[in-house]
Amino acid sequence: MKDLITLNVFRYQPEKSKEPTYQEYEIPYHKDWVILDALNYIKDQIDGSLTYRWSCRMGVCGSCGMMVNGKPVLTCATFLESYTPGPIRIEPLENFPVIRDLVIDMSDFLEKLKKVKPWIIRKDVGSEDREYLQTPSQLADYKQYSMCINCMLCYAACPVYGLEPEFIGPAALALAQRYNMDSRDEGKNQRMKALSHDTGIWQCTFVGDCSAVCPKNVDPAGAIQRYKVEGASNWWKTLLLPYASKD
Amino acid sequence: MEGLQTYKRKIGIFWWTKRLSHFRFISRELTSIAVAFIAIELLLLSKAIMNGEESYQAFVQSLTHPILIILNLIALGGILYHSITWFNLAPKAMVIKLGENKVPGFLIALGNYLGWIVISAIIVWSLL
Amino acid sequence: MSIVQCDVLIIGAGGAGLRAAIAVSEANPQLKIGIVSKVYPMRSHTVSAEGGAAAVIKEDDSLEHHAYDTISGGDWLSDQDAVELFVNQAPKEMIRLEHWGCPWSREQNGTVAVRPFGGMKMKRTWFAADKTGFHLLHTLFQTTLKHENLLRFDEWFVTRLLVEDNRCQGAIALEIATGKMTAIKAKSTIICTGGAGKVFPFTTNAAIKTGDGMAVAYRAGIPLKDMEFVQYHPTGLPFTGILITEAARAEGGYLLNKDEYRYLQDYDLGKPSSKPVLRSMELGPRDRLSQAFVKEQEKGRTYEGEYGHFVHLDIRHLGEKIINSKLPFVRELCIKYENLDPVKEKIPVRPVVHYMMGGIDTNIEAETVLPGLYAAGECACVSINGANRLGSNSLTELLVFGAIAGRNAANYATQQNGFSKGLEAQYKNEANRIEQNFLKKKEGKVKIADIRKAMNNTLEAGAGIYRTETSLKKSQEDIQELKERFKYIKMDDSSITFNTELIAALELSCMLDVAEAVIQSGLHRRESRGSHQRTDFPNRDDEKFLTHSLAYQKEDGPPDIKFKPVTITKWAPGERIYGR
Repeated sequence: MKDLITLNVFRYQPEKSKEPTYQEYEIPYHKDWVILDALNYIKDQIDGSLTYRWSCRMGVCGSCGMMVNGKPVLTCATFLESYTPGPIRIEPLENFPVIRDLVIDMSDFLEKLKKVKPWIIRKDVGSEDREYLQTPSQLADYKQYSMCINCMLCYAACPVYGLEPEFIGPAALALAQRYNMDSRDEGKNQRMKALSHDTGIWQCTFVGDCSAVCPKNVDPAGAIQRYKVEGASNWWKTLLLPYASKD
Repeated sequence: MEGLQTYKRKIGIFWWTKRLSHFRFISRELTSIAVAFIAIELLLLSKAIMNGEESYQAFVQSLTHPILIILNLIALGGILYHSITWFNLAPKAMVIKLGENKVPGFLIALGNYLGWIVISAIIVWSLL
Repeated sequence: MSIVQCDVLIIGAGGAGLRAAIAVSEANPQLKIGIVSKVYPMRSHTVSAEGGAAAVIKEDDSLEHHAYDTISGGDWLSDQDAVELFVNQAPKEMIRLEHWGCPWSREQNGTVAVRPFGGMKMKRTWFAADKTGFHLLHTLFQTTLKHENLLRFDEWFVTRLLVEDNRCQGAIALEIATGKMTAIKAKSTIICTGGAGKVFPFTTNAAIKTGDGMAVAYRAGIPLKDMEFVQYHPTGLPFTGILITEAARAEGGYLLNKDEYRYLQDYDLGKPSSKPVLRSMELGPRDRLSQAFVKEQEKGRTYEGEYGHFVHLDIRHLGEKIINSKLPFVRELCIKYENLDPVKEKIPVRPVVHYMMGGIDTNIEAETVLPGLYAAGECACVSINGANRLGSNSLTELLVFGAIAGRNAANYATQQNGFSKGLEAQYKNEANRIEQNFLKKKEGKVKIADIRKAMNNTLEAGAGIYRTETSLKKSQEDIQELKERFKYIKMDDSSITFNTELIAALELSCMLDVAEAVIQSGLHRRESRGSHQRTDFPNRDDEKFLTHSLAYQKEDGPPDIKFKPVTITKWAPGERIYGR
């Protein structure tokens, strides 16, 4: 007989019920399977109505984040093997409204992302024929923050975002830092304006879970703390030297 | 996405008991009570000193009460916990580059600890 | 009924779609641009591209070299005017992307670094470690956020084009979250939906690569060009099909058979040397390397594993430092998905379906035969890739032809006023079709997954790396039968809220259309060229087949195949020489 494993899956079907339920699925256990393979097995063979997002199955598109046994993970990069003998509880990412089953509404993030101006801001445009110079060391200054795949695991892990939904949140702030620290960018002050108010960096209480769950080691918590140091020192500078020029 | 009925999960007041990292975080936040306790104690101590030798002796005497000793030990524990977690997190906020290379995080944390020890030592020395 | 109007509609928000959007906006900031994508833009499959993007930038290289590498790599099936335009525009596009913030890997002096890739005379592949597609996509996406005239329709699925009075006037799309159908009227439309690797069972392609854009164009009467040319990448991980980038070989990796022998030396690809040699051995073109694998398998010199035959890619001798700096994603993928560390162990690899050289027939202006309709990226066939695409040309192609499509579509939209009557009727018919055939379907009995699996298997068996008249005919019979069975699919989900089963069914119908075009084009090309290898016609036949195939959909049965000549400017068809 084949080994079996049980998945306990959060179901929310707004056309059937206003409240979510949990549904049990028993599926064959394969050592090579990730959680996502198990969900695909359910969708193809047992229940075509099970709803979730996925695409690349190689941990880079950021679609398949879910809560597995209460922890936010990319289901394409999490093996069943780590949860044997089961049962395994699968839920949609925390802190987001649920559209259906395991699908969350992340439109809030896209609004916030735009607010931090995640693009290069410069006065001059530069020659069309030549790249801007940037040494490997300058690249290394922001590279880590550029690795964010927008998978939303950090938002699901962040209690501040759960309690205060206006908080801009870890990924968007890390991406703001990604551009601030890029030697080609001159938009730091513009972004600081957007981020130094109370829904920006100061709402972060440094729980640090965003960095712990990040599958790409972006370290948003670190990015935000560095931002705070800078924000605070800017405030002192403005206080002590109110007429100094700002670049 | 008009007409969509999304489901919003509620966050209970005991949300921080569900994950160890959240529990640790709230514990660290709660250490602020310990800081407040010590601060008040220091204020009372200053007041006692201002009121003269007698009142100072009475205050010191009252601190030997077992309950206050226990409270002070708890407060010390809380403050130590806060300081240690704080110094461990310091490398996240302080990224120092020496030439091309980043100074490794543990060295930055070590620097903070050294600073802490040195300052503490100076205070102890000045008291002796 | 729900109607939205815009000036330019872009279908697909991957590299090509986003580049096109910026181009439209820059050409005319007054235009209202709609971008429909069935996933959020940053989920698009461009994100998975690893190795790099080719463009001439270094002193020792030349446009001439890039063009020659592309054309010989494509076995002389590329349109040479298109290739010349492409190599010429490539550096400008790459520099623009650099100006928008793409974190390209750098030399010590701050200039962009380049690495070698398969089939290249000179090093010209720009790279952002081995996550080039990821960085390219996110840079483009984040840059589009500053353009206020872009209206995104994230997670909307296009089910058909709006065509009236012989011009394309937008598309009908389904909002996945609510199930609502909307007619998006547009003065011009650009399709940028990428490839269709999912018609095959074993592919590097993401789940979303189901050829939807190719299919909606094909159904609107636009021919699909050169569909028989399907690229197998020589190095995918068994079971998952996850790509191990060509950069692993470019940095010096070896391909070893089970006798620890660098077997490529037996296939006219040069002599082994310890350091990588351009256009030689492991740096030969992808089609030749994948074909060599099949020959090795026939000789019994490959390993046999649970998930099929494989050989080894060995990068251990590069050392941990190079692997971490140049190939960090390769290491991450191997550790996470294969449970092995390439610093210490050899990587099991096998050929895997990677890229469709064919696609919607366009000219070098990215125009299709239908006025007002443009296409760019993998879903289109210009053709610069000919019979086999050169590694790292595809990301550059997205930028170059995405931009061209955007500029031309903007220009066309400016010249149009108003829309035809009759679009409303099309909307009603289409909304009705989706409801009756899928959502309100009662008596289905065939599982979507079963049809998909049968399609996958017959394509691999009949239209894989090596094909014959018999195998292709059998596959086409199977596909036609599957199309018939598709009418009886079983739907578990009748919900209108985020119905992913409905999307899976619509995608499957698209894949079946693409599959029939792949097979029929292969059947009519009675020669072997590039990635299309017919064991019954083993040689290239320039006399008869220096032509592009065009597949036209018919009401019933497999498509009609016509041919049109390849444009040759200065590179007369010659022998493809690698390693000598």
